[in-house]
Amino acid sequence: MPTRRVFLQNLIRGGILAGLGLLTGSLVFRSRKGGTCRLNISCNACSKNGSCTLVPAFETRQFVWQLDPSKCIQCGRCATECVHTPSAVKCVHVYAMCGYCDLCGGYFKPDTKTLNTGAENQLCPTSAIKRSFIEDPFFEYTIDENLCIGCGKCVKGCGAFGNGSLQLQIRHHICDNCNECAIARKCPAGAFSRVPATSPYLLKGFGKQPLSGDKTGGPESF
Amino acid sequence: MFRKSREFWLLLLLMLLAGSSFAIQRFPRPEFETGYQQPETMLPGPRAEIMAVVDLAVLILALSAVSWMVLKKRSRKGVFWVSMFSLVYFGFYREGCICAVGSVQNVTLALFDPTYPIPLTVLAFFIIPLIFTLFFGRTFCAGVCPFGAMQDLVAFRPKTINSKVDAALGMMPYLYLGLAVLFAATGTDFIICRYDPFVGIFRINAGFSMLLFAAILLLTGIFIARPYCRYLCPYGVLLNWISRFSYRHMTITPAECINCRLCENSCPYGAIKIPNSVKYAETRRQRVRKLMFITLLFPFLMVGGGWAGSRLQETFAGVNRTVKLAKELLVSDQNGQDVESFEIKAFRSSGKPLTEVYQEARIILHRFLIGGWILGAFLGLTTGLMVAGKLLENHQSDYVPDKGACLSCARCTDYCPVMGNTMPTELNHKA
Repeated sequence: MPTRRVFLQNLIRGGILAGLGLLTGSLVFRSRKGGTCRLNISCNACSKNGSCTLVPAFETRQFVWQLDPSKCIQCGRCATECVHTPSAVKCVHVYAMCGYCDLCGGYFKPDTKTLNTGAENQLCPTSAIKRSFIEDPFFEYTIDENLCIGCGKCVKGCGAFGNGSLQLQIRHHICDNCNECAIARKCPAGAFSRVPATSPYLLKGFGKQPLSGDKTGGPESF
Repeated sequence: MFRKSREFWLLLLLMLLAGSSFAIQRFPRPEFETGYQQPETMLPGPRAEIMAVVDLAVLILALSAVSWMVLKKRSRKGVFWVSMFSLVYFGFYREGCICAVGSVQNVTLALFDPTYPIPLTVLAFFIIPLIFTLFFGRTFCAGVCPFGAMQDLVAFRPKTINSKVDAALGMMPYLYLGLAVLFAATGTDFIICRYDPFVGIFRINAGFSMLLFAAILLLTGIFIARPYCRYLCPYGVLLNWISRFSYRHMTITPAECINCRLCENSCPYGAIKIPNSVKYAETRRQRVRKLMFITLLFPFLMVGGGWAGSRLQETFAGVNRTVKLAKELLVSDQNGQDVESFEIKAFRSSGKPLTEVYQEARIILHRFLIGGWILGAFLGLTTGLMVAGKLLENHQSDYVPDKGACLSCARCTDYCPVMGNTMPTELNHKA
């Protein structure tokens, strides 16, 4: 019965195609928690960009991993769990928030007696923070990201004693954007989440955050 | 200098007593008199979004190219070079992420978790190879998957594997797929990505365990061609099912098979069905008994498997972070440990109520119970199907590829002496 066989096979083929179509359709067109945007334009083109909680109807956006510094407890796992060595998580200095302290909680070990750049005084295990004098009594702290391992020791110090201008962030030019972030798996605070690639940083106390090379606006002061 | 720092410490002590919360402007930004320019915080962006479209275009082009090479040109060389291109592009350039194998988990998570936004490209990477398979067989495996290309490179001395061993090992992908779906559906883990053997090689930063796994796979791959694809790949399960109904699967011979046996040992994957004409070797009684056995086997395996799966509920759920946290909290509250883990510390500082975590853990545990039943029943069903397939073997008179297991690599076509370009449609259907 070749014809019946062929007919049955075609039936199954049609069924598989319909099933795949149904799956695609239900994932693309379904409504999500928090409401679905019906505008169907890219979020960049929308005036509400950034302040809106709706989920786009067509999810064409790409997502990248980022950690929320307000949830971060600086456990130090970012330095060890990332598929990259050194980690793609780096300490980012938000200059707009910095107090330019002489006694920087992020730079010096808590029991430091003399405030100089001696290695024994530094909190950073790789001396990635550079301290330079500006004017009495202010000092500028810059991070050498090639040395930073993302351990978060300075972040803890700055958050406890200072303004919290040092924050851990995933650096997207290093991050491979793994399907499931290896650090997210181990993060005790659940601080990692997927964020839209159009606003890939979650820095705190820092207004509009244009990407480097983006000329549409500068960082607002704190 | 010393006095100044002592004052500072006093100030800090006061602040700590006042309660340190995140990012408070304790020290105002100074007014600089020397004209100091505050540097800008550098925020390098991720890969441009448009590149995702490029990935998608490359996927479709590569799939089309392989399908054309396999079905029209019948050229192993062509397939090989497309697969090398895919290895370079999807493997070493895209560093193994985005991949169709892992996309199974994203799709599952998106189905079960309505808050998870699945990007269209990931969905497309899941669907498009399946559609191509429905039309042309597993051409994705032949020349687009970088894992396959990698293993094909080392398949120097492929040995034939005993068909029973092959069938038993062939059950592993079902287990892997079932577990991957279970863990993705409960939002626990992406195990396919976690135990990915080759991504570390593509990125040239593999850790020890990943390197060991990859080395074992590649070394076995010398004698057992494509061990990952045949005995582990969870996406291969879906491709196998769909390929059985493929509209135009590749054929060994371009015209009529002359049973010359030249292709018999050409398939490194043991996917060529050898003709057997023992159709009436069994008596009617034997066949009926066989069918009875198979019909009874299915409910037994499925219920048994489901029960076993549900027993493993706690083991599976123990991997979930919420369940783990709830367990740790329970122990810590009872014993009052001095040193708390980072998880408990993070939980305490988040201010979430304890009952909420227990409630969430209970829901997840229940999901694992249902998931365990379904997983066990699914494995029972596939085991039953495998046994039934072994007992009720098909009879055919020609050398034909096993449409499910055939990876469309086109090696066998080089061995076929029959000349001709295209295959008549009715012959194709017969195969």
